[in-house]
Amino acid sequence: MSALQTTGLVKRYGGILVTDNVSLDIRPGELHAIIGPNGAGKSTLINQLSGELVSNSGGVAFHGEDITSLRIDQRARRGLLRSYQITSIFEQFTVRENVTLAALGAREHGFRFWQPLLGRADLAHQADEALTACGLADHAQAPAGDLAYGQRRQLELAMALAAQPKFLLLDEPMAGMSVQESQAVVAMLAGLKGKYAILLIEHDMDAVFALADRISVLVYGKVIFTGTPDEIRAHPEVKTVYLGEEGIEA
Amino acid sequence: MSHTVFKPATLVTLLVLAVLACVPLAAHLADQPFYLAFFARIMIYAIAASALNLALGYGGLVSLGHALFLGIGAYSVAIPAFHGIDNGWLHLLCCVVVCGVVGLVTGAVSLRTTGIGFIMITLAFAQMGYFVFVSLKQYGGDDGTTIAATSKFFGADLGQAGTVYWVALVLLVLVLWWMARLRVAPFGMVLRGARQNPRRINAIGLRSVRYQLAAYVLSAVLCGVAGMLLANLTGFASPSTMTWMISGDLIVMIVLGGIGTVFGPLLGALAFLGLEEVLKMVTEYWMAVFGLAIVLIGVLGKAGIAGLLDGLASRRPASAPAKRAAPAAVTISKPVGEQA
Repeated sequence: MSALQTTGLVKRYGGILVTDNVSLDIRPGELHAIIGPNGAGKSTLINQLSGELVSNSGGVAFHGEDITSLRIDQRARRGLLRSYQITSIFEQFTVRENVTLAALGAREHGFRFWQPLLGRADLAHQADEALTACGLADHAQAPAGDLAYGQRRQLELAMALAAQPKFLLLDEPMAGMSVQESQAVVAMLAGLKGKYAILLIEHDMDAVFALADRISVLVYGKVIFTGTPDEIRAHPEVKTVYLGEEGIEA
Repeated sequence: MSHTVFKPATLVTLLVLAVLACVPLAAHLADQPFYLAFFARIMIYAIAASALNLALGYGGLVSLGHALFLGIGAYSVAIPAFHGIDNGWLHLLCCVVVCGVVGLVTGAVSLRTTGIGFIMITLAFAQMGYFVFVSLKQYGGDDGTTIAATSKFFGADLGQAGTVYWVALVLLVLVLWWMARLRVAPFGMVLRGARQNPRRINAIGLRSVRYQLAAYVLSAVLCGVAGMLLANLTGFASPSTMTWMISGDLIVMIVLGGIGTVFGPLLGALAFLGLEEVLKMVTEYWMAVFGLAIVLIGVLGKAGIAGLLDGLASRRPASAPAKRAAPAAVTISKPVGEQA
């Protein structure tokens, strides 16, 4: 059974077709990358998959369950977690508070009015694992608003990981990072590969080709081709629309 | 919590509470019952402001209609009393149920909007409540009604100044304690998270609007209980309790004391009502001076009196954290405890 399957997903803004009949089939444990030029509708697609945007038509199934009509919080509770391209953290909370809150959110409700959130040993354990995985263990006490840009991006990922997801939707996790920071994230994602299914949107082609099991090419909201990194490199149409005439050096 | 106990705002609050505990004896010795009623009023407003702080400070829900609940609380004593019912438990039940239902309905509608829309809708609901009670001629209309039978609990009469004073003090302490716990408990964290970034709260699997609505309802009920105490203290209920000026006063108290802080509402209520009283004695143009004082405090400390007090302490060791209070003012204000 697929981890995540979409059938004929459509999103229109007025007369503009932003997502054009997208059908994807992502297997459990697969790292599936989506590439495409700016404005191809990659972020819109992630918003539809995560439940932030309601699709005009088409369906989404998560491990066989139809989740088309579920809200983002309901999808998150089923283990479908996302990260944001534009860092979306709780600036006034510490790094640890951010991650612990994310750990709480995915598994239980927050209607508890007395015991401190940070006093929860089980959540603290999850939070620590996520912080260590993302290289933020030393900054746990820092206010999130004080973090450097790269660290914010790491926190963005840590929050998704702390929720113990089954499936990660990562919207350009390396956007704006330095080369070293990107490499650290690539190494981390390589370590996560296989544990969760991951849908990765990324402009860093080196990272995409190093990590992805399969790649889908999105152009004007339409998936024009899906294949392994080798197939993508060899595909003539992909070369012209996206990779440029020279293509990618293998 | 252990390290926050020693923060200046906390110390000042404990001092204030200790002084408040001595007021009944002092007022008795000095034969000045006025002070008993005066400080009871401050405590009751501090409870109401703390209640509003839950929605406004923790939740970022700027309600300009919380006087509605203060008024409903007052009338849930006055209306049963008018019909000869002086059972305090029934008054309380009436207050909790009506405030809860009204809070649920108005909150659910108001939360469909944010920002100015939210402010306007809460204001509109409060004004509706005001005119409903103005039109109830049998209960005095806009003149209000004297409460002949105040709330009786276990034979104790809440209409006695001494009784309502102690009840208000105990309730205030409990509310402050709970607000301190709640602030860092899951509910408070989700709520404060939703204030900063509701989208992310949803994305981690928690429906932000549900928590905001719950906070709004809790806040409404607690504000209603304050209104109940107020009616017992003054022996009077009137629609004027529900005017938007009172809602505004509550907001000013919170801003003055420190938005989103645990002790800000008490310090703000004390400063607001205390200053008003002092200035009234000095000049009949007290409002002009009062306005200036509020502007001054507003400009001096973005995080209110609580922030000012805690800022004094962190400035002494000349360390960096004190600086951080400034950029936070860009949003609503930096809740002071955050940097602890």
